[in-house]
Amino acid sequence: MQKIRWFCRLLFAFLANARIFVSPNNPIYRGPLKGICFPGLNCYSCPLATTACPIGALQNFFANLRVNFQLARYQLGLYVIGVLTLFGAVGGRFVCGWICPFGLIQGLIYRIPCPFKRWGLPRISRIVPFLVLFFMVFLFPLLIVDSAGYGITWFCKYICPAGTLEAGIPLVSMEPALRMNISWLFYNKLIILFIVLIASWLISRPFCRLLCPLGAIYGAFNKVSLFELQFNKDICVKCGACANICPTGINFYEGIDDVNSVSCIRCLKCVSVCPVGAIKFSVTSDKKHILSNNCKIKNHEPA
Amino acid sequence: MKLFKKKWISIFLICFSIMLIIVGLYMGEWKAVWQKATTICLSCIGIG
Repeated sequence: MQKIRWFCRLLFAFLANARIFVSPNNPIYRGPLKGICFPGLNCYSCPLATTACPIGALQNFFANLRVNFQLARYQLGLYVIGVLTLFGAVGGRFVCGWICPFGLIQGLIYRIPCPFKRWGLPRISRIVPFLVLFFMVFLFPLLIVDSAGYGITWFCKYICPAGTLEAGIPLVSMEPALRMNISWLFYNKLIILFIVLIASWLISRPFCRLLCPLGAIYGAFNKVSLFELQFNKDICVKCGACANICPTGINFYEGIDDVNSVSCIRCLKCVSVCPVGAIKFSVTSDKKHILSNNCKIKNHEPA
Repeated sequence: MKLFKKKWISIFLICFSIMLIIVGLYMGEWKAVWQKATTICLSCIGIG
């Protein structure tokens, strides 16, 4: 299953960045596909990007809300909210584990052997992406506006390391005009990117767990999504393999976390590693799972 | 019973999200997304 996941992540990373021929005269793709929201975090200003970033688009709607209303353009970002709700309602945070290109980058860095003991994160840190979402994506773009009524895309401007990596560095390298306008803001974002990349080597998925507003949105759907993780504690042998392999540090076998915790990225590593099949990813009211697990209990019982 | 309710909540959310997408497209939001995405975002780069 994990091989299929790697294939999916590479495929979606390619599809989101499938513009092969980049010309200096036309540094970013301007075709009709750019109106489609990609479900993962992938900067639309990347020279290779073929689709739009949902977080950037969402902030833009909030930042322009006042001016749009003054011009009688009642655009609330329903299209973007609908796309995010659709993916969230189907599989919760599965986009983070199976589709997101920035998640793939963090995963690749984490595979580099590390001579130090890898770090964990305290459970309290799980609230941080929700704060980033509320303040940087919703509140600040909506409330802090200039004299003309336009807000700014706070998360893109001050935090997003995906934007720096995928758009900032390539475009500044390609465009001399952009190079001349570099300010402290660009260096600030470079430092954030550097910290995130180094942290990805020491901590599993640090950006997803600490900063990503998109993950926070999808995570809110984890408990109500159509497909969800189901844990049969009656047949669990408490080996701890699921908690050891979990990239977001969830521990449900001891009852510390919920199996469908907001942090779960639905990578399904726990499903693959469980020796007795106590964890399944299926449609919410799938009764067959319990039946099949009962059969497995009988098979595992000592003679 | 709880599982049954959860399943219907998710089905409702899926239908609701499709409705949001349709209303958003009707309001011309696809074009707004396209316009933003086809302009080099100076904020994303860390310049603007």
